[in-house]
Amino acid sequence: MENMIKNETRRDFLKVSGTVAGGLALGFYLPGRHNVAVAAETTSSPNAWVKIAPDNTVTIMVARSEMGQDVYTSMPILVAEELEVDLSKVKVEFAPPAEVYINALLGGQLTGGSTSVRDAWEKLRKAGASARMMLVTAAANDWNVDASQCKASNGTVTGPGGKKATYGQLAAKAAAVEVPKDVPLKPSSQFKIVGNSKQRRLDTEAKVKGTAQFGIDTRVPGMLYAAVAMSPIIGGKVASFDDSRAKAMPGVKAVVQYSRGVAVVADSYWQAKKAKDLLQIQWDGGPNANNDSKSIWEGIRAASEQPGAVFRESGNVESGMGQAAKKVESTYQLPFLSHSPMEPMNTTADVRADKAIIITPTQFQQLIPHVVGGATGLKPEQVEVHTTFLGGGFGRRVEVDYAIDAAEISKAVGAPVKMVWSREDDMTHDSYRPASLMKLGAGLDASGKPVAMRFHSTSPSISARLFPSIVKDGIDPFAVEGIDNYPYDTPNIKLTYQMHDAGVTPGYWRGVSHNLNAVALECFVDELANAAGKDPIQYRIDMLDMGSTKHQWSGLSAGVPVGTRMKRVLEEVRAKSGWGKKLPEGRGMGVAVMEGYNTVIAMVAEVSVSSSYDVVVEKVTAVVDAGTLVHPDQALAQMQSTINFGQSACMWGEITIKNGGVEQTNFDMYRVARMNENPKVLDIHFIKSDSTPGGLGEPGTAVIQPAIGNAIFAASGKRCRTLPFSPENIKGSA
Amino acid sequence: MKISFNVNGKSTSVDAAPDTPLLWVLRDNLGMTGTKFGCGKALCGACTVHLNGQAVRSCQTPVGSVSGQKVTTIEGLGGNHKVQKAWIALDVPQCGYCQPGQMMSASALLASNKNPSDEDIDAFMSGNICRCGTYPRIRAAIKQAAKMA
Repeated sequence: MENMIKNETRRDFLKVSGTVAGGLALGFYLPGRHNVAVAAETTSSPNAWVKIAPDNTVTIMVARSEMGQDVYTSMPILVAEELEVDLSKVKVEFAPPAEVYINALLGGQLTGGSTSVRDAWEKLRKAGASARMMLVTAAANDWNVDASQCKASNGTVTGPGGKKATYGQLAAKAAAVEVPKDVPLKPSSQFKIVGNSKQRRLDTEAKVKGTAQFGIDTRVPGMLYAAVAMSPIIGGKVASFDDSRAKAMPGVKAVVQYSRGVAVVADSYWQAKKAKDLLQIQWDGGPNANNDSKSIWEGIRAASEQPGAVFRESGNVESGMGQAAKKVESTYQLPFLSHSPMEPMNTTADVRADKAIIITPTQFQQLIPHVVGGATGLKPEQVEVHTTFLGGGFGRRVEVDYAIDAAEISKAVGAPVKMVWSREDDMTHDSYRPASLMKLGAGLDASGKPVAMRFHSTSPSISARLFPSIVKDGIDPFAVEGIDNYPYDTPNIKLTYQMHDAGVTPGYWRGVSHNLNAVALECFVDELANAAGKDPIQYRIDMLDMGSTKHQWSGLSAGVPVGTRMKRVLEEVRAKSGWGKKLPEGRGMGVAVMEGYNTVIAMVAEVSVSSSYDVVVEKVTAVVDAGTLVHPDQALAQMQSTINFGQSACMWGEITIKNGGVEQTNFDMYRVARMNENPKVLDIHFIKSDSTPGGLGEPGTAVIQPAIGNAIFAASGKRCRTLPFSPENIKGSA
Repeated sequence: MKISFNVNGKSTSVDAAPDTPLLWVLRDNLGMTGTKFGCGKALCGACTVHLNGQAVRSCQTPVGSVSGQKVTTIEGLGGNHKVQKAWIALDVPQCGYCQPGQMMSASALLASNKNPSDEDIDAFMSGNICRCGTYPRIRAAIKQAAKMA
């Protein structure tokens, strides 16, 4: 694997390459590797995940970012299961960047791709088991008995003749014991914590009392506050500015220009914000200055005339289409979307001559020393990173732009600075879920079964911007997710992707391209069922590929055979949802199924559509095969979460561009689901399984969208192929 | 200028411009960061506090207007409020960022309506956005809290 990180050029920072078995690797070679900061004087560390103090306090390090998805609990569950400690008594700390904490599924210390539990599943249980074995060995050595005569339980080792020692008493000696090579793990039948449906989250109390520290809550001695002005045009730069009025405002300490804007630094945020509003800035809009949604879509449509790169092909789609008894052709158009987590972007930076401290809500702590080093002239090892709780992430915080900005501002004023973005800054300077145009065509035989399937998508490539070396032969593996694993048994298929830069920064957004490709595919399959006169669930079951569906571009999907799993979730969702029952006028049910992140989900949405095409989601039934559930109640929470997130996207989500900038600035213009709009009933079921865990943080976002679209069709007869499913778009569809 | 008011039962005095939103006075001047900034326009409810027992959006409440009045924040809910107990029992929070605002709204709802219906909950809570989609648990927690003495 060839890996290289490039931090001289500030934002074009990464060059990575290589795929590994079972997943995609964004590998990094990090110059100046960091030592694991676990050997503090008062604690002993059998390994990088466990610290034990003499008073028997056990601390478990969490090397993923907690943004709601429960890593603060699910990771310690895995360690504690084998370490034999009471989870309610352990302390949890967020890990610093270090090589040992790299996510093997992503090749970096990065939280994303629904990989946290999948990556940790064996690794953290082994870390717990290994530490326990070292503690037992230390006790056995002390007592001069064989380790097999000793037992570890509840933070204590016991031995023959009533011998007893706490982990705290043994820790220092255990740290010197040789790390065991062979680390057997418990069979699932002996799990006490893994899979326990009564297990609670470890961060709930702090979050309920208001004491959980998010990035925006950071306070350090001598800290100043920064409010910023950034170009309203995407990619624009400061041409000139007049800060005379801003500088005269109370509390203002400095006005500084940094790489992409002007910052006002003051004694309090509100003073900085008020003064910032008085800045007079002339912007150089650059090449995107005249961009607008109309020209963007014209550009995407024109690009879609290109043949694109073939990422999966079998048989001969043209001859298959030629022999078909019936042909169906459709085009789906999905818009740009904003992440809009509830906590706006922010970072506290303290950049000094020989050291920088960065305190930030980030999904990608490993990258920060490099980009901050590049921006401030420090070496990566001089940059200390502290990860806080994240007030939502959804992929936005994979980007490190806001950490760089804060570091530049701190360096300019020579003081610790907390930079806080307004909601308007956040919404207009996001990296956006790419817009996509997807052209689908199918040929059906006389029985209605597809004998040919063509899929051609045109969209901006996220990876071409962030990880260019994983883009090969015109294919961004993250742009073909959700269709590269096409699950149906169709003899002639041709799937192609056309990359197109639309002048709007594309970013990884919860579920990434599953939210494009699987949405279009599952709506289109519904169209085919309708054209064939078949029941949409039975139609899917009959056309599933029950053999291997391994494919070249498996991306973060596992690429494992999924036909059997899909059939099961479809059959169960049919039974649980009351599929086929008589519904009142204006109501309908729609189905969708998908494999993503090694999780297979089928959903049935039941919606009402009014005569003016207002849609209400009445009920969602989901059946989920996610393998072993490490923390069942939070697996459920992630399904509740992804359904809500996908519902917001497909019903209201749309970022539009005018004069080169984003038009939506706040939640009055970018609508997201509220309490009264959440589905009235969420009926979520998990398949019992002891297979390896699948990812749960993302796949549901993609499945709910076509389920709602197909339900709208069932309720109204309107096939809406332009998202969001707004009354205007539904009314305007055939 | 000096502005005095009561926060969580304590008399407090701050030196701030009277147009400064209460939100930023709580967070920056008083170091009480439980109250969150979400939108700055009373659109999301993350900054909800009680003013004389009523739920208000502190991002749109100038500190000058609360002079001599009673403010309660998430820190002042006490930790054992029935809403907080229900929130803990049901593991409501995911990322947790919006939850102080959600609980301040929910506690204000229950103070005026001992047994809210689904429609009451929808009407009162729809001003609080949660991007993690904890709505089903918030609803269940409000109902559970309503049953507590």
